[in-house]
Amino acid sequence: MSLTQDDVKKIAHLARLSISEDDIPAYEKELSNILGLVEQMSAVDTSDVAPMAHPLDMVQRLRDDVVTETDHHEQYQDIAPNVENSLYLVPQVIE
Amino acid sequence: MHNKTLSELSAALQAGEFSSTELTQSYLDRISSLDPQINAFVTVTQQLALDTAAAADKRIAAGTAAPLTGIPLAQKDIFCTEGVKTTCGSKMLDNFISPYDATVIENFNAAGAVMLGKTNMDEFAMGSSNETSYYGPVKNPWDINKVPGGSSGGSAAAVAARLAPASTGTDTGGSIRQPASLCGITGLKPTYGRVSRYGMIAFASSLDQAGPMTRTAEDAAMMLNCMAGFDERDSTSAQRDVPDYTANLNDSLQGLTIGLPKEYFGEGLDAQVGSAVEAAIREYENLGAVVKEISLPNTHLAVPTYYVVAPAECSSNLSRFDGVRFGYRCDDPADLEDLYKRSRGEGFGAEVKRRIMIGAYALSAGYYDAYYIKAQQLRRLISDDFKRAFEEVDVIMGPTAPEPAFGLGEKSDDPITMYLSDIYTIAANLAGLPGMSVPAGFVNNMPVGLQIIGNYFDESRLLNVAHRYQQVTDWHARTPEQFK
Amino acid sequence: MEWEVVIGLEIHAQLATKSKIFSGASTAYGAPANTQACVVDLGMPGVLPVLNHEAVQMAIKFGLATGSEVAPRSIFARKNYFYPDLPKGYQISQMELPIVGEGVLEIRLEDGTVKKIGITRAHLEEDAGKSLHGESPGMTGIDLNRAGTPLLEIVSEPDMRSAKEAIAYMKKIHSIVTYIDICDGNMQEGSFRCDANVSVRPKGQEEYGTRAEIKNLNSFRFVEKAINLEVERQIDVIEGGGAVVQETRLYDSDKHETRAMRSKEEANDYRYFPDPDLLPVEIDNETIEAVRANLPELPDAKLQRFISEYELSDYDADVLTSSRPMADYYEIVVKASGGEAKLSANWVMGDFSGTLNKESTDIKECPVSAEMLGGMIKRIADNTISGKIAKQVFEAMWQGEGDADAVIESKGLKQVTDSGAIEKLVDEIITNNPGQVEQYRSGKDKVFGFFVGQVMKASQGKANPAQVNQILKDKLKP
Repeated sequence: MSLTQDDVKKIAHLARLSISEDDIPAYEKELSNILGLVEQMSAVDTSDVAPMAHPLDMVQRLRDDVVTETDHHEQYQDIAPNVENSLYLVPQVIE
Repeated sequence: MHNKTLSELSAALQAGEFSSTELTQSYLDRISSLDPQINAFVTVTQQLALDTAAAADKRIAAGTAAPLTGIPLAQKDIFCTEGVKTTCGSKMLDNFISPYDATVIENFNAAGAVMLGKTNMDEFAMGSSNETSYYGPVKNPWDINKVPGGSSGGSAAAVAARLAPASTGTDTGGSIRQPASLCGITGLKPTYGRVSRYGMIAFASSLDQAGPMTRTAEDAAMMLNCMAGFDERDSTSAQRDVPDYTANLNDSLQGLTIGLPKEYFGEGLDAQVGSAVEAAIREYENLGAVVKEISLPNTHLAVPTYYVVAPAECSSNLSRFDGVRFGYRCDDPADLEDLYKRSRGEGFGAEVKRRIMIGAYALSAGYYDAYYIKAQQLRRLISDDFKRAFEEVDVIMGPTAPEPAFGLGEKSDDPITMYLSDIYTIAANLAGLPGMSVPAGFVNNMPVGLQIIGNYFDESRLLNVAHRYQQVTDWHARTPEQFK
Repeated sequence: MEWEVVIGLEIHAQLATKSKIFSGASTAYGAPANTQACVVDLGMPGVLPVLNHEAVQMAIKFGLATGSEVAPRSIFARKNYFYPDLPKGYQISQMELPIVGEGVLEIRLEDGTVKKIGITRAHLEEDAGKSLHGESPGMTGIDLNRAGTPLLEIVSEPDMRSAKEAIAYMKKIHSIVTYIDICDGNMQEGSFRCDANVSVRPKGQEEYGTRAEIKNLNSFRFVEKAINLEVERQIDVIEGGGAVVQETRLYDSDKHETRAMRSKEEANDYRYFPDPDLLPVEIDNETIEAVRANLPELPDAKLQRFISEYELSDYDADVLTSSRPMADYYEIVVKASGGEAKLSANWVMGDFSGTLNKESTDIKECPVSAEMLGGMIKRIADNTISGKIAKQVFEAMWQGEGDADAVIESKGLKQVTDSGAIEKLVDEIITNNPGQVEQYRSGKDKVFGFFVGQVMKASQGKANPAQVNQILKDKLKP
């Protein structure tokens, strides 16, 4: 499996990563190489194998519906890049 | 002081031979004079360490000390530590002061252990050489021109250079065991779910597991006693009692069945490393163990499978780093899209971006079945290999890494070659099994590790098996010349 | 050409849990910005989700209440996309194995016919935060208090053929979720909202037309308007020679139009995959039966019971069971009235509902309790007061002047049923109005009303009307 430069741009956009034009050929090559490595998987017939999402065969534990958290927004927002009136600010979102 | 093991330090503190404050200060001094050579620490928490040590001294005096009270430790910079910078080796989190403590950190705090600082690591734990860190590479204390392994390279180097008696690491595909092997220390990756992942910055959630990095197996047992346990904040945490991991260290190995997977001794393994591992196996035979050749036929699929599962999970896990609520934000974003793309593009390094992109691709429409589902199916096959093997053997042994530490820069331009460094360690993560690396000799003056893989939740046996070996060998006790 | 409208709804019901679906932060509405967003809700590095037991119970309740399958095993998945109100860059939702599977719901249309609407599935997911515009010039402010609030997304089959049907279905779901107490149903606060998938096709064509999704409709009125507008728009597009584009649209109630959402312009690739931080949710039969045993009576069953037990008309029963508080209120009124089912229905649907509406009061906060109203109806039934006087009593009760007996007593509204006293009044009226008596006796029956009015007036409305009628008739006989 080999990617094109266009594929690289699409994936970078999907993952919201800015990548300079100069770096695209390198990514194209490296990502294609990794996909080449991964390609070995296709040689194995897995039609009867159930996918394994977790290493342990456990089921979800449930928490009691109790409020345990208190307000710490000042502490949490101390580390935020841009806050005003307790709101996180981002460039205007157009819906 | 710095040549003592945890159990020796613990006994000395209780006996009043020296105080935690003295001990802590001596390690802080070593860090300040020696760490510039190896770059193992991102942050040294000097004042916090001394304050904690003073509190520990009171606790020791009051007679309420736990085994780790007053013991200085180095924490991998992947664990969130309240009020202390937690970088995960990334520019993205260079300004991140965590507002909360990871469960592992809470456990150590409750035990009265002293945090010396946060150790360097591959960025977001993605790497096998510690060269992807934003804070520069860590150097191997045995040869500062060589890599310490990764991603817990700082933690491994710190223990090897005696800058800390023990440290913590995390292991997603070998990140505890491989650097332990390359730095000549003992490292244990517990069973998935044994140690809480809460507050440990996620790389690949279904693979990540924290564990101790120490000089000896006995020290690892003491550390694991503190780290392991059920945590209600982690849905994947195992609801199982924690045994005393130091209790069975001295059990006899008479009749222990060791499985040697033939796939771990084939092409790709450095011949001298192979010899060192075989010598270690003979030592086990001397201790009464029985050796049996086994097969893990899907071993060759572990690396390809891992490089779908881990990137897929990481591509999603790392989406939260978006420059909005914490972490790096680019200057003057033109609009929202620009804010996202440049904050992430500038905040993440090349290897992290590669893995995010591979993961996003593997999960995207049209490729999900061929990559992600396929990898999950292979994951089951790899896991089933081990299930069958453990019907016949008690532990599995082999090399931890295919070769000793390689040169800085030697593989950093070639991701694929780098990925193959973890060829023997990845399968245990895919299956969720516990694995250890134990010092087992030297090749060209660089340490070699023996890997021991156990059955689920069989950490006690792994530690016992490692400990008995360390009773008859002294590889683990050796110290690099400059750090004696 | 004649067009057929095809509508499917995705309803989001906020589950009425105390804490969030994956964290211990409060879900209370209206708190100052970001004060109810904990480290888990903020998607801080290293945090992990743990599922709320109550959210699962509520989903099971919904499944049972709608006769849908409750999945023995369901899986949480991550829906990946970047948006500032989505802290982790993914929403934890369910994709392949939702907690509730297929079901069927019956809706009653205006003409009385009943139609079946398929429920495709219902799944648990976390809500996003809120984006606030215009707080700071050129910037959007993000409040994450709502992030992590549990939602049940209820997806219907494209079975509805008009906005009216869509509304009927939505109201039915609204009544069910509020009946079983899993959602407060408050649409102004966004606790109950929906996305509508709308398409049109030439009548008789089997294949569906291209659909547009209208997002975030938070009132029944808006749903109806938005659907009708969208239908018109699509027909115009097609009849003008164009083609409908599959897209997400926003309803603008001020401009009275739907428009394409810019933020959703590109086709999203959500990259769903099972959330590795959460394990499969398993629900055994024991749990399901325990939930079933505690399930309250559902709207349809209640309607049937009201018809048989209270001998109400279909219409009355339908109105009275439309919401659980209304139905509960009615039943207490009947009981307190001593079983006056019909009279109680008239009062609850009439003066009571009218006043609630006029005063914009919620039934749970209204000053006249069901016991008080029932007590008053009892006084009508036992002839203590007339229906007309009752209106006066009701108003006084609403003003907080006490219960019916107290009002009747303090205002002296007790009906006069002493025939002697009424005869006395009648005699006086007859004596004082000889002209009218003459008219009546000569066959002008209409004058009878005049006498009734006079007697009632003289009694200040308190004379028992039936008795007045009878006595008047007797005394006026020629």
